Amino acid sequence: MFEAIAFYTFAILTIVMFTITVLTRHALYALSALAAGMIFISAFFFLLGADFLGAIQIIVYTGAVMSLYAFGMMFFDTTRDVIEKRTSPQLVFGLSGLAALTLVAMFTAPIVSSNITAFYPAIEGVGNSQMVGMVLFTKYLIPFEVAAVMLLVAMIAGIILAGKKMDQSLTLMKEEEIKRQLNEKAEA
Amino acid sequence: MMEITLQHYLILSTVLFAIGLVGVMRRKNLLMLFFATEILLNAVNVAFAAISSYYGDLTGQMFAFFVIAIAASEVAVGLGLLVVWYKRTGKIDLDTMTSMKG
Repeated sequence: MFEAIAFYTFAILTIVMFTITVLTRHALYALSALAAGMIFISAFFFLLGADFLGAIQIIVYTGAVMSLYAFGMMFFDTTRDVIEKRTSPQLVFGLSGLAALTLVAMFTAPIVSSNITAFYPAIEGVGNSQMVGMVLFTKYLIPFEVAAVMLLVAMIAGIILAGKKMDQSLTLMKEEEIKRQLNEKAEA
Repeated sequence: MMEITLQHYLILSTVLFAIGLVGVMRRKNLLMLFFATEILLNAVNVAFAAISSYYGDLTGQMFAFFVIAIAASEVAVGLGLLVVWYKRTGKIDLDTMTSMKG
């Protein structure tokens, strides 16, 4: 009973938030709605007993990814209305057909795979975080390390890409100096 | 209706995925396109966690972790590239990125 109420409440909230993200014309509304939707998604993980995943969802998505987007948006002109694309009807038709196919596949998947057996069955009396640790550091150690290296590569790439010409600090320069540099740039 | 089964979660996941797909189709601004891809990744994560829970198997949750790691690194690299592109052209619309067109 409680689970059903929670599921339907959070399902409606998530769908509404993501719809706002997709349809709004203001980038800031989209960002806020996306952050809210991410938090509501973590509620499903808590409902499913994946506590650790829910905590990671809040920390990584609403903590790291959203703040990264917020800082990234300071570079762009976000007050302007977002222009929409006019797609060809063939593309829309093809992709909607693909989505419908996915829907049917998702309906039938549990029926077809009813004889599935657990690969790493959950142990009785062990909490979710402990189980995650046991599986992650034994069966999935190599992918875990690869993911760590990938995050390091992404961090260095982000710093190098966005950090170009950041050797001059605008906050430490005098007003005239900034104006002179802007004039030189305009002339060039 | 009152009992939540695996199919409820899978249908929710499909609906969220369809919303993300609509976003990918109609957005021209690259930042908004990134938002739509985040929705797609999250929809898949919900399906992974649901299947993991209903079959008593942790593999789904593991893959959800890796999807989150990939999403985080994708945002870092993608935003870096986007900042460089915005500094060079002053626009982040997809239409301006036709320099490789023959």
